[in-house]
Amino acid sequence: MKFNEDSPIYVQIIEKIKADIVSGKLKGGDKLPSVREIAETFKVNPNTVQRVYMELEREGVAFPQRGIGTFIAEGEELMEKLKSTQAQKYTKRYVGEMKELGMKNNEVLDNVKKVLEGNENGDS
Amino acid sequence: MVILKADKISKKYFTKPALTDVDISLEQGKIIGLLGPNGSGKTTFLKLITGMVRPSAGNLTVNGFEIGYKSKELVAFLPDSEFLYDWMTIKDARDVYANFFRDFNARRFTELLEFMKLTEDMRVKSLSKGMKEKLVLALTLARDAKLFVLDEPLNGVDPVARELILGAIIRCFNPESTVLVTSHLINEIESILDEAYFLKEGRIVLHGGVDNLRSENHKSLDELYREVFA
Repeated sequence: MKFNEDSPIYVQIIEKIKADIVSGKLKGGDKLPSVREIAETFKVNPNTVQRVYMELEREGVAFPQRGIGTFIAEGEELMEKLKSTQAQKYTKRYVGEMKELGMKNNEVLDNVKKVLEGNENGDS
Repeated sequence: MVILKADKISKKYFTKPALTDVDISLEQGKIIGLLGPNGSGKTTFLKLITGMVRPSAGNLTVNGFEIGYKSKELVAFLPDSEFLYDWMTIKDARDVYANFFRDFNARRFTELLEFMKLTEDMRVKSLSKGMKEKLVLALTLARDAKLFVLDEPLNGVDPVARELILGAIIRCFNPESTVLVTSHLINEIESILDEAYFLKEGRIVLHGGVDNLRSENHKSLDELYREVFA
């Protein structure tokens, strides 16, 4: 996993796990790999991974089972919430960058439409 | 719990200052980077920890002990690979370590060798630079030390070997010990660090948790490094 410059590494791993939940790669009840496994795969400090799990538990996205591991929480409500907060986050980032380019609201929307229509025509 | 404490350490070679008023405090269970360009004083600081040179002023303790035989027992230092003789096999090198260090963990060494894709029957003579580096790291990390001091473990090795070396450091990391690592390959080393000290012309110019440094400056450690040392 390549990390970018903008935010702490633990935040980026959290984003990745949340993205995997929203996309369905990770499902409610799935067991997350151990701290050590993640640390070795991503080549990151085990304390960083520990922090990721603590944060996910605090947000109610994951829960620990003593002596077994950490699991993804289940429930429609959580999924919906995660879906909408993640979608909002990415959209805000996109809109922010478009505003920086000096785009107006209708231009922002037009460009989204263009890309979506392009995708439908198969030339994304 | 603090494993290493440097209190206002200064070191002069004759009149030339190498380190000035260096305060460093290494806590248990952390991987800490000592970062700076060539000649910034990194190696001098490491030599102070191993007792090869003595400070001109200030106090240095490891686990509460002044530098001496007691502190040396607790510190595993990654030396450069020149102490290995060409006629040795990896098994011979292991035996030297096992005889020399009471805390040498033979089982962990075997695991590490396998992880590094080395075998005991290989001759030192036939090893490439990267393979030697991996062997010496395996020997160092196989000790049950309190403090691991790794001087430029990524130097002169290819990207695949670097991944293995970082993997080995993470694999051997345990909450009971502390790792101090120097490097000027900031991009490669950043993700395994808890904290970083920036050393410039013998002084600590920046210190902090890597996460905090990133979120406060909105920059990676590498970018910050370029700013401080440009």
